[in-house]
Amino acid sequence: MIEVKNLFKKYGDGSAEAAVLKNISFKINKGEFVSVVGPSGSGKSTLMNILGALDAPSGGQYFLDNQDISQLPEEDLAEIRKHKIGFVFQSFNLLPRTTVFRNVMLPLIYSDARVEERDEKTKQALAAVGLEEDRWFHLSNELSGGQMQRVAIARALVNNPAIILADEPTGNLDTKTGELAIGTLQKLHKQGHTIVLITHDLGIASRAERIISIKDGEIESDRKKSV
Amino acid sequence: MKFRDLYQEAIIGLTANKMRSILTMLGIIIGIGSVITMISVGNGAKDQITSSIESIGSNLIAVSPGFQRNTSPVSSGRGGAQTLTTKDAEAIAAEVSHIDAVAPTVSKRYQVIYKSQNTNTQVIGTTDAYAMVRNMEMESGSFITNQTVGSSARVAVIGPTTRDDLFGEGGSAIGQTIKINKIGFKVIGVTASKGGSGFMNQDDMIYIPLSTMQQVLSGDSYVSNISVKADEEKNMAQAQSEITALLLSRHNISDVASADFSVANQSDIVAAASAVTNTFTMLLASIASISLLVGGIGIMNMMLTTVSERTREIGLRKSVGAKPRDISLQFLSESIILTFLGGILGVIFGIILAFIISNFAGIATKITLSSILLAFSVSALIGTIFGYYPSKRAAKLNPIEALRYQ
Repeated sequence: MIEVKNLFKKYGDGSAEAAVLKNISFKINKGEFVSVVGPSGSGKSTLMNILGALDAPSGGQYFLDNQDISQLPEEDLAEIRKHKIGFVFQSFNLLPRTTVFRNVMLPLIYSDARVEERDEKTKQALAAVGLEEDRWFHLSNELSGGQMQRVAIARALVNNPAIILADEPTGNLDTKTGELAIGTLQKLHKQGHTIVLITHDLGIASRAERIISIKDGEIESDRKKSV
Repeated sequence: MKFRDLYQEAIIGLTANKMRSILTMLGIIIGIGSVITMISVGNGAKDQITSSIESIGSNLIAVSPGFQRNTSPVSSGRGGAQTLTTKDAEAIAAEVSHIDAVAPTVSKRYQVIYKSQNTNTQVIGTTDAYAMVRNMEMESGSFITNQTVGSSARVAVIGPTTRDDLFGEGGSAIGQTIKINKIGFKVIGVTASKGGSGFMNQDDMIYIPLSTMQQVLSGDSYVSNISVKADEEKNMAQAQSEITALLLSRHNISDVASADFSVANQSDIVAAASAVTNTFTMLLASIASISLLVGGIGIMNMMLTTVSERTREIGLRKSVGAKPRDISLQFLSESIILTFLGGILGVIFGIILAFIISNFAGIATKITLSSILLAFSVSALIGTIFGYYPSKRAAKLNPIEALRYQ
């Protein structure tokens, strides 16, 4: 499903060169719930950007659905993001003054999906994250933090991506609503979605079934929890 | 991306900050509105001048006296000389081809009295042909006839304004006797109003037979003007040159440059006046388009602010798969919708303003379809030009940095 081989990423050139990722290799199968954990500066955000096709690695290969996308140009990466990747951000990044429904539908307006199909997929995604139906046509800025994050998860889900990338999804939430968001991700995992959770919080990370720990741009450990 | 989505996204974007959108649009509304208004004022002036020239008569050639030469070192000025006579007019009527009528006139201002009322107006001595040359129509009574000219009758035809001045508004004048320069004239007709003043008020005139004018008032046989009506517009140039040749030979002048008369063609006057009013319209429109330019800069300013405010949104859109083209189209359509809407409101504003100007300031205005179309295309163009740079800037943003932007 996902395979990275000898992934390498550096910023700058010459004496200012800084390697952020060194020789990262792992494989994530379809339906896995993996957390990538590491302190700030460990390179986990850079890894997420590469896994999310927002950034290209300086070296190595990245196979997504058996296609090496590590050297694709910007236009093609946008196409990959559109169809295969769903992002959940720490700060939700919902469009303000826009309805919940339209926020969730946003990835679909950039695709060629028919209007009825879009509406149907949007409804399914909203139902999957368990957002009450009477909230669907509220403006996004009228929601609570927990609801906002569930809308964001629904948006990540709507294009039925190969992988859902959640970057510190609980970072802006209190313990209780954070728990709700993680619970939602776990529920999606049970439904068969592949989820990669990026966090610095070991407690949150331990909710996944596999933990990849990163330090100084290298994999420190990669262990599976016995279920 | 579907057109409908593009439109909806743009509307959501614009209504997110209504006040700013409205204020920015106001710049375009005022710009387009003032261009429309100014062009309408220019066109109105052109129409008014052209119609006032044409109300004098159609296919008209005017022969005026030139400088009087060799009599005094002091020039009396063009038109003031006494070089044309009744005989010249008769010769033109007899010898020049393609003409319908020739009307010699003698005009001078006199004090005119009726009972206790008096006025100072233009008195024109002419023949019956004048009615045809100048497209005169009668409100009541009749114009000067062949008989009254032949008998040097002391009769007068007065204009409606003169009638109002002497007899009161709409007063009955026919059959009354007025005194021109202390000599009594019987009023036999009132001309219909021609309106369209312009250079001189054709409604404030008194017409008397040419022979009477020459014998009783001016005391000589000179005429101050010969008006000739050509049969068709295309023959005007030929008639004009024939008249020139005829008068040169009658006055024993060999060189056109030293002619003691001048022959003017009405279409030349119309063309000259149109050229002046076109320049005037251009001037007004270019002053107004400065405000349009300022409005366009306002659009660009707003779009740049919007792009930097919505950096995270742009990052998000890119992260869900929007291509640079999708992003630039979205911002471009926001600015085009803004200017297009501003264009429509601006046209309405301009039409209302033109209406107010013509009704309350009494300045003629004329809205033309071409000025409306011009305004529309200019506003759409402004939206594209001034929205282009900000939209390119949005499209070029790096998604990772844009998502991190605070």
